[in-house]
Amino acid sequence: MIARVARMEWIKLRSLRSTWWTLAVTVAGTVGIGVAVGRNSRDAAVDLTNNALAGVVPGVLLAGILGVLTMTGEYSSGTIRVTLAAVPRRSVLLAAKAAVFGVVALIVGEVASFVAFFAASANVGHGLAAPTLGQPGVLRAVVLTGAAFSLIGLLGLGLGAIVRHSAAAVGVLVAGVYVVVQVIGFLAHGVAAYMPILILANSLSTTRPVACTDCPQFLSAWAGLGMLSLYAAIALAIGGWLLARRDA
Amino acid sequence: MIEARNLTRRYGPTVAVNALSFDVRPGSVTGFLGPNGSGKSTTMRLILGLDRPDAGRARIGGRRYRDLRFPLREVGALLEARAFHPGRSARSHLTAMAAGNAIPRGRVDEVLDMVGLTSAAGRRAGKFSLGMGQRLGVAAALLGDPAVLLLDEPVNGLDPEGVRWIRELLKSLAAQGRTVFVSSHLISEMALTAERLVVIGRGRLLADTTVAEMSAGAASLEDAFFRLTSEAVEYREVPS
Ligand SMILES: Nc1ncnc2c1ncn2[C@@H]1O[C@H](COP(=O)(O)OP(=O)(O)OP(=O)(O)O)[C@@H](O)[C@H]1O
Ligand SMILES: [Mg+2]
Repeated sequence: MIARVARMEWIKLRSLRSTWWTLAVTVAGTVGIGVAVGRNSRDAAVDLTNNALAGVVPGVLLAGILGVLTMTGEYSSGTIRVTLAAVPRRSVLLAAKAAVFGVVALIVGEVASFVAFFAASANVGHGLAAPTLGQPGVLRAVVLTGAAFSLIGLLGLGLGAIVRHSAAAVGVLVAGVYVVVQVIGFLAHGVAAYMPILILANSLSTTRPVACTDCPQFLSAWAGLGMLSLYAAIALAIGGWLLARRDA
Repeated sequence: MIEARNLTRRYGPTVAVNALSFDVRPGSVTGFLGPNGSGKSTTMRLILGLDRPDAGRARIGGRRYRDLRFPLREVGALLEARAFHPGRSARSHLTAMAAGNAIPRGRVDEVLDMVGLTSAAGRRAGKFSLGMGQRLGVAAALLGDPAVLLLDEPVNGLDPEGVRWIRELLKSLAAQGRTVFVSSHLISEMALTAERLVVIGRGRLLADTTVAEMSAGAASLEDAFFRLTSEAVEYREVPS
């Protein structure tokens, strides 16, 4: 049953031009920023992989917004009633939607991450040695960065199911991922390490632990991946719970 | 066969549907009449499990909507508002719905042809006129070749030819033994289309009858309708 609902959701996702535009801009932006930041790296001591993956920070926002719109678009267009008439099992519907969107965002995220890495590596300037996938932690950083697109996308999908209104849900997403960190992140160091964007920048896309005198103790790459997965899972669980109980 | 038993739904202080019980039987078109805000659309959403009743239940062929394994193959519904994404083509919209209920792909082109949308099928549905949108809704309702049809104001926005087309379509679907439940504001249209009538006012059942029975003793079906609903029209009520 979930397979045929997933087929339905896949047809819906792929039949919107906006899906492909958003994904194309996501990849292009991630790669472009990675190459630019990579070229400007001068210091041999910096984590060049982390610099090559710098574009992920704005890039995941687009994946998150696409996740939001995949859900809220159902409400703004009124399609939700047709969708639920076709699939009255609401938890199955959300699970299928999340599976389809999660896989698409994962594939696109990995493409963005790998292309950004190779493009930036091919363009390192200032006589620095380009990083390679064989070096310690590099492959992990590139793969986990790609996975972050899917996790932030699913967080957006869950928020969309909770909030139901496009602009409001995008607002919550941006606030949660980008703004809150500015407000509390640097006030409370202990909490900062758990902020999605810092997990992304300092746990997932790095080859080695970030250490500096005035920064918090960041999570390890795998713990960071676990935290992002947890955020997405919580948003989807609450969204699914509400979807099953509310009127359509 | 659609059964509503003691169906009740409140929205805040508004009792949209109030202890409503009726049956809609196969083989004839049953008109669903009532003034604006009387609860017709709410009743249809309750039958489809889209909104939850506060009390009572609705059954389709003895089962709750949400227990149907392939709901679109048993029940076809056209709801009030547009219900498709403006950026998606009519064909993609229907193809997705078909996939969700294991309906053969070929059926999509069949229903597009039935509603006269074949040439517009690849265009973005957001560009459709009101009537074309309505035709797409009818195509979606017919997609699973269902034995039960629920249509909320299907002639809304249709040109005279479209109105006649819907009338003939509904009659022929009923003649095939299907259950056809259709709401409308156009009493004269219902007089031509329906055989049976369910009339509600302020969420309550006012009549469960036949067109012939209701028009008997009145100048027209419309007169009979006004007489029946005169006490149940919320917005015309004058405080005494
Ligand atoms: N989601 C909702 N939230 C709050 N009130 C609602 C909701 N849906 C319906 N109502 C109220 O319930 C009552 C019945 O509305 P409904 O749309 O079912 O009537 P209707 O018979 O379909 O009217 P119309 O002929 O104008 O389409 C109205 O008072 C309406 O304002
Ligand atoms: Mg209505």
